Amino acid sequence: MHITLHVWRQAGPDADGTMEKYEIDDVSPDMSFLEMLDVLNDDLTLKGEEPIVFEHDCREGICGSCGFMINGVAHGGKHHTTACQLHMRSFEDGATIYIEPWRSAAFPVLKDLMVDRNAFDRIIESGGYVSVNTGSAPDANEIPVPKANAERAFEAATCIGCGACVAQCPNGAAHLFTSAKVSHLNLLPQGQPERFQRTEKMVAQMEEESFGSCTNHRECEAVCPKGIDIDFIARMNRDYLRAQTMGRKTQNYR
Amino acid sequence: MTLDSKAPTGPIEKRWDQHRFDIKLVNPANKRKFRILVVGTGLAGASAAATLAELGYNVEAFTFHDSARRAHSIAAQGGINAAKNYQNDGDSIWRLFYDTVKGGDYRSRESNVYRLAQVSVEIIDQAAAQGVPFAREYGGLLDNRSFGGAQVSRTFYARGQTGQQLLLGAYQALSRQVQAGKVKLHRRKEMMDVVVADGQARGIVVRDLTTGKITSHAGDAVVLATGGYGTVFFLSTNAKNCNVTAAWRAHKRGAYFANPCFTQIHPTCIPVSGDYQSKLTLMSESLRNDGRIWVPSNADESRRPNDIPEDERDYYLERRYPSFGNLVPRDVASRAAKKVCDQGRGVGPTGLGVYLDFADAIRRVGRPAIEAKYGNLFEMYEKITGEDPYEVPMRIYPAIHYTMGGLWVDYNLMTSIPGLYALGEANFSDHGANRLGASALMQGLADGYFVLPYTIGDYLAPRMGETVDTSHPAFAETERAVAERLDRLLSIDGSRTVDDFHRALGKLVWDYCGMERTEEGLNEALQKIPALREEFWSDLKIVGTADSLNQSLEKAARVADFFELAELMCKDALDRDESCGAHFRVKHQHEDGEAKRNDEDYSYVSAWEATDNGDWTLHKEELDFEYVKQTQRSYK
Repeated sequence: MHITLHVWRQAGPDADGTMEKYEIDDVSPDMSFLEMLDVLNDDLTLKGEEPIVFEHDCREGICGSCGFMINGVAHGGKHHTTACQLHMRSFEDGATIYIEPWRSAAFPVLKDLMVDRNAFDRIIESGGYVSVNTGSAPDANEIPVPKANAERAFEAATCIGCGACVAQCPNGAAHLFTSAKVSHLNLLPQGQPERFQRTEKMVAQMEEESFGSCTNHRECEAVCPKGIDIDFIARMNRDYLRAQTMGRKTQNYR
Repeated sequence: MTLDSKAPTGPIEKRWDQHRFDIKLVNPANKRKFRILVVGTGLAGASAAATLAELGYNVEAFTFHDSARRAHSIAAQGGINAAKNYQNDGDSIWRLFYDTVKGGDYRSRESNVYRLAQVSVEIIDQAAAQGVPFAREYGGLLDNRSFGGAQVSRTFYARGQTGQQLLLGAYQALSRQVQAGKVKLHRRKEMMDVVVADGQARGIVVRDLTTGKITSHAGDAVVLATGGYGTVFFLSTNAKNCNVTAAWRAHKRGAYFANPCFTQIHPTCIPVSGDYQSKLTLMSESLRNDGRIWVPSNADESRRPNDIPEDERDYYLERRYPSFGNLVPRDVASRAAKKVCDQGRGVGPTGLGVYLDFADAIRRVGRPAIEAKYGNLFEMYEKITGEDPYEVPMRIYPAIHYTMGGLWVDYNLMTSIPGLYALGEANFSDHGANRLGASALMQGLADGYFVLPYTIGDYLAPRMGETVDTSHPAFAETERAVAERLDRLLSIDGSRTVDDFHRALGKLVWDYCGMERTEEGLNEALQKIPALREEFWSDLKIVGTADSLNQSLEKAARVADFFELAELMCKDALDRDESCGAHFRVKHQHEDGEAKRNDEDYSYVSAWEATDNGDWTLHKEELDFEYVKQTQRSYK
């Protein structure tokens, strides 16, 4: 296959960026998208040009490191697929592909396609956990969890923190990411004691970062490689509303 | 230096309790006077950092990722073992201990393994309390599955994403301590060297991967939880950035490296499709619970798998191992696959593959049940290969997956450098010559949550009041050495890329020190690896600078260490003139092709000391088996 690439190149956080054009021959349809970039990068290196910086690690769609806009769609738009799991057989011979970093005020570009997603970590740090010290846990089977709740909590917990939801949202909102963690923990009995404080703290932190507001475009769920749905956003909003309206001193067990 | 494992004696079921009673403690008010550096934030590192902070220590944690949540533990699929006996099928701490020692082909330390089995039950309690969404039965209680090398169901799981869920649990515990100010987390900082001053580990030197800035950090103890070295093979199931550098730099500073040749091949990975291949993808071993492995009976088979009738299929694992069938341990399953492919019966375009067939399971329990159990794995397989495994059998082939070898540690998990600890896959301690499925998550979390936080006090307690800071000249010296090495890599300006060299190295190691090893092959590798290393240091090409974000430079520094490790792996494999577990020397096999151990001469841990001239000295830690009788492993 022959592929024409237009790639965003930006030397550093404060540098101006530009789209650069690259022609690649002999692309195999069985190559992954990142392998195609590996081949291009080796060619660039041998020509004395700096290779394209992009983040990646597991290449199995689970670490959440990789991700960029491919023809304007986060991860390329293939159902439940991260950029690393996308294969060149999804493109036609002679295709022209545009690659850009996540575009979001909350995710500043570090270099080329690599962005800083620490805002996500700060949201988790604000309350995305159950406060249980090592060693103080009861026997795991002492707290039964209805199977359906466990499954639903699991579905929320599969978020890989890649940032596609934010990048695709016209508002740059992080509601899908935040609500996934809120829902994962709020659905489980272990998460009940801190349920409402958690929701308030995480929403507050989300708003403190440079993310936008949710206006139900549903672009996030369309590109989420793990299929996380916006019902979780409704769940977070409901818990947030309850947290805001209930008595402060007793909120935990309402 | 003599190797003192500090393994306790006495009745094995009392050893850990007794040891915890015997070692020194740091009182709660004094813990805040110590600073502990934890390198790596995977299962072992994140759990250790969080737990140490909960106890009151000041912790600085380092990850080379952008977030602590990205560590490769996240990719573990199948599950985590624990001797809970929730299934009432005869499991016990004793049985998990026994299975692990036997599965490791009798090359691990009994005391360590027994402790691992003991704390396994606490890990599940801890994870459940954190909100890890394990699979559950309709009654709301935890579900289990069975796994290779065991005849009980003791594996806890969260669909095919158990590693992800356990890592997020540890990451969340760590995040809580970051928020509390007890852990200072350094992101995108790669450890380049450990600083040893006056014979003790006193800190580390790191490089900021975005700016290239090199800085020093001092601590009362240094904990390495930096994972394994499987990417020495280039193609492996490990993440692309996994590397041996932290462990290897520690090794060069005096930490012994143990059993480097014990590298595990995983039997169920997606076969290679072309030269551009950058990594291999694992299909969880749990698939072997329901999938049946087979190849055509005839070498010249050309029909599609679904058109081959039952009586012309060879379910070779079920045939050769009737009692364990498709659930034989990984090394046995891997070699069996290689054997049928060597006979010309392999499937797929390269002939290096066997079928893993779910047709019977789908007929037995229905497609929805299979989807619920393995849905994400099937989806992943289809994405990579373009084939639908619900309709046609998967094709699988063995690939490098895990490294049992690692830094030598004593019972306290301390390396041979005082004050330097190694946890999880980075150490060698619990899996012997072969790790059983679902035991890596168990060991990483055991070390981080339940072992190191107690044992580290024994080292720290007598060191109250010692000042540790970066003014010691050893820091400046180490920083200088790190910078010089990077400059040297950049200044070569040759004609081959890092990946090109890494691929070539990986092929050498796979060919000569992979699934099967011979004396001639290893000797040949010991000629070829140094020759290729020379070439690397004279013909490498990197574009860019050291004082900016430079991914090629990062890779080059790691590959440079792999070149040295590869040589040691071959040396170790050559020294171990027996077959055991994952280490298969062709001339040492039973008539049926099983590994033939030599307990008389090789019941020891090989602990290699790096010498100044670039060579190594071998130290042996003899292994005693008081409780488990060394017999030939049989899974028939």
